[in-house]
Amino acid sequence: MSKIMKTVAIAGAVTAAIAAHTTGASAASKEKCYGVALAGENGCKAGAGTTCAGTSTVDYQGNAWTLVDAGTCAEIELPAMADGTAREGSLEELSRDLPS
Amino acid sequence: MLDNSPRFAALPAAPGVGYKPQHFSDILKDAAPVEWLEIHAENYMGDGGRPIAQLRHLSELFAISVHGVGLSIGGECDLDTDHLARLKHICSWLQPASFSEHLAWSTHDSHFLNDLLPLPYTKATLNRVTDHIDQVQEVVGRQMLLENPSSYLAFDESTYAETDFLDEVAKRTGCGLLLDVNNVFVSATNLKIDPYAYIDAFPLARVGEIHLGGHDEETDDHGAPLLIDSHGREVADPVWTLLDYTLEHSGPRPILIEWDANIPEWSELADEARRAATALQKVPA
Amino acid sequence: MSVSQTAFHTALLDASEAVPEGLSDGVGHPAGSRFSVYRNNVAVSLTEALELSFPAIVKLLGEENFKGLAGIFLRQNPPETPIMMQYGAAFPDFLAGFEPLAHIGYLPDVARLEQAVRVSYHAADATPVDPEVLQELSPEELATARLELAPSLQVIRSPWPIHQIWAYNLEEGSPKPTGGAQSVLILRPEFDPELTPISSGIAAFIIALLRGETLPEANEAAIESEEDFDLSHGLGLLLSAQAITRIKTGEDQ
Repeated sequence: MSKIMKTVAIAGAVTAAIAAHTTGASAASKEKCYGVALAGENGCKAGAGTTCAGTSTVDYQGNAWTLVDAGTCAEIELPAMADGTAREGSLEELSRDLPS
Repeated sequence: MLDNSPRFAALPAAPGVGYKPQHFSDILKDAAPVEWLEIHAENYMGDGGRPIAQLRHLSELFAISVHGVGLSIGGECDLDTDHLARLKHICSWLQPASFSEHLAWSTHDSHFLNDLLPLPYTKATLNRVTDHIDQVQEVVGRQMLLENPSSYLAFDESTYAETDFLDEVAKRTGCGLLLDVNNVFVSATNLKIDPYAYIDAFPLARVGEIHLGGHDEETDDHGAPLLIDSHGREVADPVWTLLDYTLEHSGPRPILIEWDANIPEWSELADEARRAATALQKVPA
Repeated sequence: MSVSQTAFHTALLDASEAVPEGLSDGVGHPAGSRFSVYRNNVAVSLTEALELSFPAIVKLLGEENFKGLAGIFLRQNPPETPIMMQYGAAFPDFLAGFEPLAHIGYLPDVARLEQAVRVSYHAADATPVDPEVLQELSPEELATARLELAPSLQVIRSPWPIHQIWAYNLEEGSPKPTGGAQSVLILRPEFDPELTPISSGIAAFIIALLRGETLPEANEAAIESEEDFDLSHGLGLLLSAQAITRIKTGEDQ
């Protein structure tokens, strides 16, 4: 494409985008609730007393940690890519190693 | 001309609550009997978005107390000047009716431990806390209130009673005090002192705000009661009784209900505030 | 004897360390398990902060697994700022390097997506430009135009179907992930971040704009990544979410 053609194409795309925008394609009015706190918050409460979260010497030895009683990752299983070539995006590796 | 004077110059001697975003619309609908709100400063240190917008809106309607939970005033290290600048920033745009922090430490070796950790009450701690409060009041440009902690253990090296320590800090720095009556009850139970004697010894004239919150009950290695300052339930009856005793001696003060875990419906929180209002009504002004 | 904050700090984060001497219950007994209250406060509060920030990872691993993992993470990476909304920025990289989870290759990218969502949530507000301004630019001006985008806009590219995985865990009724690489655009038209899976072309387009490239340059970058890239669609996405905050043309660059 020549430079002029490209410029024309861009101007056309801008016009099309704005036309779509003003004909009500706006997403701005959609109110979607993600909950009120999307991140950890500071506070001055005390935690769970003398229970073990802070006192287990086993849990936080990295080499002692194993995935048990897995969450939804155990449900996610994907076929290999259709053309059979790319591993990219496939979760087949996971499906082989799923904890049973 | 830009009017930068605060809309609410002081907290009213009335009930307030710790603000939780899930109560935003309830508060706008009908906040009674709640007359003011407290926020944890650190939760409003983002650049924008809903938290800041909500706070800006609420500050038009209610007196706001900015309560810091992360400055580590009792830390052995220097104060975090970046954090101090953030506190100054929020106090300057929000112009809150009150600004307070804790007698505790939480940062060491550049790690923030996210808890209000205890201090030995010694001359060395006194000098350090005094220096840090001087620095805070100078940078933020206003008086701060210092809150008594809830304690689970004591330091053998302490040479001051907590009340004497707070009194001395307040005298040296000119800071006010925030008296957490639940913390008094929790600490007194845990360290086996008399909570009423603690109130008697407390410099009540310097109290600019009172806190109340719920605690959990556990036991220590020797079967003795160990109360945990969980802020996860209603205020315990003996704490209300201790509040009555405190108010008799202090006169009316702004009273905050803190409920930070298992956060209830607004109506339940308003009931706690109503109980605080009733306690205030009993006190001659 | 005096208890330094160094000793207190060390024993707080490592429960195999003895409780420092010189701490008691107020009537002469050593503090013992009373010290655990502080150990718990630190571990529980930081774990809760991570749980709130990475809800999809919590679902993927299960709550108990997550708590154990958080215990390891928080001891290796205690917060360096008192602002909890920022805690855990290092969590995606931690997951990427955590051997026992190496077989779940998508975890770090899903965590990156969640990190980007909360950055978006707390990002500075910005005033969008009137789309008319774009309309009024001449073709010559458009050829040199650079678009500034809202601070709340984030793009995450991944070789994994991260949007599908995220939605499956957090959006009720979402189907099971089926695979494929996904890029995700996060926009915050008002206060709630919205996640949209986008083509590789749109991702390349927006990333080029964020790098400060001109509209035609960004268009080129997009076409290079995706032959059928539709510029009007890419621009439409940004306009509808009010994500364009400034247009700089020839003279004001």
